[in-house]
Amino acid sequence: MFDNFPLWPARASSGAANVDALYIFLVLLSAFMCAAIFTTILVFALKYRRRAGAQAEQIEGSTALEITWSVIPMFIFLFIFAWGAVIYFQERTPPRNATEVYVVAKQWMWKLQHQEGPREIDELHVPVGRDIKLIMTSQDVIHSFFIPAFRVKQDVLPGRYTTVWFHPTKAGTYHVFCSQYCGTSHSGMIGDIVVMEPGQYEAWLSGGTSVPLADTGQKLFAQMGCVTCHRSDTQGRGPNLVGVFGKPVALEDGRTLTADENYVRQCILNSREQVVKGFPPIMPVFQGLLSEEQVNALVAYIKSLGAPQPGQTTKNPSEAALQEPQESKVQ
Amino acid sequence: MASAAVIPEREHYLNQEYGIRSWLLTVDHKRIALLYLMSITFFFFIGGFFALLIRLELLTPAGDLVQADTYNKLFTMHGQVMIFFFLIPSIPAVLGNFLVPLMIGAKDLAFPRINLLSWYLYIIAGGLYLHCILTGGVDTGWTFYTPFSTAFSNTKVIEAGLAVFIAGFSSILTGLNFVVTIHRMRAPGMTWSRLPLFIWAHYATSIIMLLGTPVLAITLVLVVLERAFHLGIFDPKLGGDPLLFQHLFWFYSHPAVYIMILPSMGVVSEIVPCFSRKRIFGYQFIALASIMIAVVGFLVWAHHMFVAGISLYSALVFSLLSYLVAVPSAIKVFNWTATMYKGTITFSTPMLYAFGFIGLFTMGGLTGLFLACLGVDVHVHDTYFVIAHFHYIMVGGAVMGYLGGMHYWWPKISGRMYPESWGRLAALTVFLGFNLTFFPQFILGYMGMPRRYWQYPPEFQVLNVFSTAGSTILAVGYVLPMVYFLWSMRYGKIAPDNPWGASGLEWMTSSPPPTFNFEETPVVTWEAYDYANIPAPEEVPVER
Amino acid sequence: MSDSPAAVESRDLALRHHFATQEQQRRAASLGMWLFLSTEIMFFGGMFCAYLIYRRLYYTEFAAGSRSLDVTLGAVNTAVLICSSLTVALGVRAAQMGKRKLLVVLMLLTLVFGVAFLGIKGVEWNSKFKEHHVPGTSFHFEQTALDGKPIDPQHIQLYFSLYFAMTGMHALHMIIGVGMFLYLTYHSWKGRYGPEYFTPVENGGLYWHFVDIVWIYLFPLLYLIDLKK
Repeated sequence: MFDNFPLWPARASSGAANVDALYIFLVLLSAFMCAAIFTTILVFALKYRRRAGAQAEQIEGSTALEITWSVIPMFIFLFIFAWGAVIYFQERTPPRNATEVYVVAKQWMWKLQHQEGPREIDELHVPVGRDIKLIMTSQDVIHSFFIPAFRVKQDVLPGRYTTVWFHPTKAGTYHVFCSQYCGTSHSGMIGDIVVMEPGQYEAWLSGGTSVPLADTGQKLFAQMGCVTCHRSDTQGRGPNLVGVFGKPVALEDGRTLTADENYVRQCILNSREQVVKGFPPIMPVFQGLLSEEQVNALVAYIKSLGAPQPGQTTKNPSEAALQEPQESKVQ
Repeated sequence: MASAAVIPEREHYLNQEYGIRSWLLTVDHKRIALLYLMSITFFFFIGGFFALLIRLELLTPAGDLVQADTYNKLFTMHGQVMIFFFLIPSIPAVLGNFLVPLMIGAKDLAFPRINLLSWYLYIIAGGLYLHCILTGGVDTGWTFYTPFSTAFSNTKVIEAGLAVFIAGFSSILTGLNFVVTIHRMRAPGMTWSRLPLFIWAHYATSIIMLLGTPVLAITLVLVVLERAFHLGIFDPKLGGDPLLFQHLFWFYSHPAVYIMILPSMGVVSEIVPCFSRKRIFGYQFIALASIMIAVVGFLVWAHHMFVAGISLYSALVFSLLSYLVAVPSAIKVFNWTATMYKGTITFSTPMLYAFGFIGLFTMGGLTGLFLACLGVDVHVHDTYFVIAHFHYIMVGGAVMGYLGGMHYWWPKISGRMYPESWGRLAALTVFLGFNLTFFPQFILGYMGMPRRYWQYPPEFQVLNVFSTAGSTILAVGYVLPMVYFLWSMRYGKIAPDNPWGASGLEWMTSSPPPTFNFEETPVVTWEAYDYANIPAPEEVPVER
Repeated sequence: MSDSPAAVESRDLALRHHFATQEQQRRAASLGMWLFLSTEIMFFGGMFCAYLIYRRLYYTEFAAGSRSLDVTLGAVNTAVLICSSLTVALGVRAAQMGKRKLLVVLMLLTLVFGVAFLGIKGVEWNSKFKEHHVPGTSFHFEQTALDGKPIDPQHIQLYFSLYFAMTGMHALHMIIGVGMFLYLTYHSWKGRYGPEYFTPVENGGLYWHFVDIVWIYLFPLLYLIDLKK
């Protein structure tokens, strides 16, 4: 806004203006409250300053006043709470069919993997006008993915996925910061998010010879021997994974979980806690045998089974009933 | 330690006995308060020194003053020293220790030897932490987040953790002493509704110290065990959850901020009535608000974790509760303001600090509303906005309250008046320096500058330069009182029993008080803040 | 007995200068001890919280770990502590009634029980060391499944981490308690405690009871998770 003395970063996402609106409201409210209180104090200090012969009037209090200035702020606070909660709810609910990008954070860099194949380090190219969802995990300590221009931030944790989503609205290059202290080069873990017009983005995408993530996953699925038990044509020793993503799964211990990214990741790395009902607990443990990027590729592949992903063809055309996967509730 | 020969030869707690043993083995709460005063002042300057180095580094976008690892240690140790070795003890251990027995008409605290033990634990903890600083330091951030602190940091995490653990017990014992004293040792006629609000504030603070600090203690023990013996409670590779650490840590560390602010509010509640010559407005509401802050303060910890990976619904609950805890603080500000209505106001140094407190605490508190707001917090969490917010409360609020209290009760503690003009000058310097240092940081934060950053993109430089400039002014403002308080011990005007014409039992005994506080146990037959019946001092003491 | 020179002297000495009456002093000490115990509840509470969370997440491993403990020794220890609380309570009564010899005997018995508890705990820990159940690089839990459910070798370390942290912290409190009761035994023998002044015995007893109660929670939570033949 004010070019020489900016008070906020560029607004480059659909959500940025909403956050700014609430922020500006809070600024105005605070300014008003400060002005009111400071003026009152100033007026009292001057008007009632000690003068010869003046006596203070002993006033015990006023219950009515106390209640008034408790209740009114309480209502204002509730209003702010509700407004903020709505924005937060939107921020934490990615839309269906968002384009997914897998992010692996490590000391001290960001590794990003597009579904269509390209990999990036410390840079993320995205098109204007599309919903983008980042599925993130850390290889070591807690990091945090922060894009000021989009007003989004999400801690990136070791051992599980967290997600953040945004809808870029303005082309340009914006900062990505790591905003959870992570060691020596925490302040060096700065990246760029490059928002491009859709045409330019397509050109950029096809510029490399990279393999779609789900294809990498399919290769890995065969390489690691998954395909021997998880067959798609008949019932093998492990559950058939076609169409399983996003649906509820009944487990041996009585629980029912939704097969979201965290669930699939947990099954791959260590299925012991999540044995599917009716199946023996014989799946090998892959923790330590697969890198985060490899796990991401497998997750992307399993997601693609039985349902079309944006930019993907269905992996199993023989699967007649194409159901939309249930919206994943990755926290 | 004793003043020069001008004091009439009346015996009081300072001259009753001389020699280092009489100080190091004292059980007199007033002497213990002074022992604490020396120790926390020492640590304040250590923490302040680290802050100056941080601000110097941040003058330029590049990391060019110190190395990245050094910088990471600087902000960690600045935070830990200031919080655990300065702010948390400050008012309770100095002013609280000195005044709680006096204000309720008792001869000492309930457990004088435990009081001394509390100081020694603080010294052991401080010594251990100093050793940690001198042999390499710690770089986990003051918050010790796992798994960085347990499995990745190469610094003296165990030592720092143990030092903070021991300091925690010092804190617990102080709180325990205060609660028992207030319950069991009030003078005849000193009913709960006649207690000064300073006492209510310390009561609420002590409850938090008692119930919250042990949780930090066990959390640090678990971190130390994990780091030393690879126990893996918080290690994701073993199935542990780093978020469990955060929950346990913040369960204490959020109430801890109320430990740091409630005593200052108590100080302000004493100063404003005195310099308005009026009973405080809404006594019961302020007392109740203190208790409410203590109770509700235990229910809001996860507002530090809105983007940490907690569930959406959990975040909603904690946001709502965080707004609830803001209400009692607002009530206090309104009540202090209303106290000035139709008073007769003088602008002595303590009152200037009280004004400063109210202004800066209001600003800090209002910015808390931004942080409790889920939608905005996602953007400003872990940025300079948060740093500005808590410094407004901790420094603009708590430290100004501490300084105001030190000036207000200095005549009682030392028997001398500080030089009033210098006092006012220092107050003004602190106020201006503070705002210049920290206001730009709100803007920096919303612009996106993350915290704990050694280097930063160039567009953030201008505001950082303002902030550093302010910090130098602030530093001057803090050094001044040290100088003139020391000066006053030898050259200050002799203080009468009650230079301010203030209410309260502490002003009804001599300045400085005798070792056993009162010649005779007082019997209280009047209400608190009985300013209708207390004559104002003829002239406001102004000493060049 | 209550008028022996030592008792009279101790009675007068026992009123500290800042208290107006013995009654005030006694009530202050009592409130202080209860408040201190509330801090201890919060202290152990953090570990119980971690325990509850991980037990819910990794029940199989917790059950397996629990089964590897010696329930008999644990039960004996529980009985030992309960008896020691009995001797403590009787000791407070003896002090109240001015029965010096009985008080000393009861204090000594409490000490014997306390040391016995620590000894048995030492035996248990020793066997854990030998079985390589101590978390860290040499950890090895040989059982791989429980009732058909697999045991994760990483998650089971969490159980043992909590086992050692919780019983270790409890044992540390026992050791402090033993030290405290050595002091109390000595001064009981010296005749310091009688009907007018038995506060240290009473408050020491409160501390001991608290440590006992913590064990009464620890025992089922750690040892009795999944008792099946």
